[in-house]
Amino acid sequence: MGRARAAGLALPLLLWQLLALAGGGAAFYLEVRELEEKCFIQEIPDGTVVIGNYKTELYDPAMEKYQPSPQWINLFVFVKDPENKNLLARQYGPRGSFTFTSQSPGEHEVCLHLKSIRFALFYDGKLAIHLDMQLGEHTNDHTELAANDKLTLLHLRIQQLVEQVEKIQKEQEYQRRREEHFRQTSESTNQRVLWWSILQTLILVATGIWQMQHLKSFFKAKKLV
Amino acid sequence: MPRLGSAPRWAAAAGRWGCRLLVLLLFLVPGPGGASEITFELPDNAKQCFYEDITQGTKCTLEFQVITGGHYDVDCRLEDPDGNVLYKEMKKQYDSYTFTASKNGTYKFCFSNEFSTFTHKTVYFDFQVGEDPPLFPSENRVSALTQMESACVSIHEALKSVIDYQTHFRLREAQGRSRAEDLNTRVAYWSVGEALILLVVSIGQVFLLKSFFSDKRTTTTRVGS
Repeated sequence: MGRARAAGLALPLLLWQLLALAGGGAAFYLEVRELEEKCFIQEIPDGTVVIGNYKTELYDPAMEKYQPSPQWINLFVFVKDPENKNLLARQYGPRGSFTFTSQSPGEHEVCLHLKSIRFALFYDGKLAIHLDMQLGEHTNDHTELAANDKLTLLHLRIQQLVEQVEKIQKEQEYQRRREEHFRQTSESTNQRVLWWSILQTLILVATGIWQMQHLKSFFKAKKLV
Repeated sequence: MPRLGSAPRWAAAAGRWGCRLLVLLLFLVPGPGGASEITFELPDNAKQCFYEDITQGTKCTLEFQVITGGHYDVDCRLEDPDGNVLYKEMKKQYDSYTFTASKNGTYKFCFSNEFSTFTHKTVYFDFQVGEDPPLFPSENRVSALTQMESACVSIHEALKSVIDYQTHFRLREAQGRSRAEDLNTRVAYWSVGEALILLVVSIGQVFLLKSFFSDKRTTTTRVGS
């Protein structure tokens, strides 16, 4: 009974997912030229899976609208982690998705640019990248879970809640570390202000004394005093 | 992943009904909604526009916040498919705007840093279109929810707002930390600079004074440099 139910659920859910992808989901798009790099920053804790669903389009001036890109337009994705190491540097087709998992917490930079892989033919027109980046619990494919583990609707709901709570927990932990870093910066500023003020006062006093002594000996030599 | 007991009979029935009605519903409900939140860098004198296709009658919310850079402000502008300006604000630090799409088409929203000459800004925005897609599209509309399931739904909503608050807190903290780090480097440079200026001026004063009293035999007057 369970298997038939799960299979019965899986198909319409799969259809829904496909429709969502085809319709673009909640994706916005931005206009770019070829080789123009657009970068986005994702501030995430470690161990977060990020999936970017994208599709690219070419502007057709004759029809005055965007058409799906041909196969010779490729998307280059570069992901840098907070320590500026390359996490992902790959070339993808005109539509699909890219994914990466963060190894360390912090600001990750996702840079995209389009390039035509035809020989030396620079595409001069407008291009559009539709982008939808999802992270954390949104990336879990519930259809797969339903089909594989034969869970009921209630189980899946609770699974979703568990994932949400784990995400919150991770964010809190990340927040604690950042607050520590912030506190260190503030304390360093405090120390610097303190020591440099003392140093400057000392320099002031020392140069004052030196000035007086030097001038006194100078005037004595000149027989003015 | 915690595995619970086997499914009760009512769940199987609900699943079957759901499958039959899903195909019909897919054509009736508006397109899948969702939220896209993105952090991007806006260089000085630049303008970045994003486009999104929205169906009529969808309730949308645009929320943005400037995280780093200069006076932490940016110009924002939202236009409907006909080019009418729905929302326009200059030099805002953060704001939230809710509207209902009055017509189908591509809505455009732009962030502009054209008033700034040398600071580039990091801007976060969150564009929510419609409602979040439900976990199982058929279920909420067809069968009544049990107490457990409605409890799950309300927990889910509450956790979503927790995650939302966490995001806002993270942005505020990023802003504060950016200011603190700015202050730290500024204190360092200015302290070193001031100490040097102090030394140079004191030594220079003495030699300048000495030069007033020096004999006219020496043609070059030593000035502190």
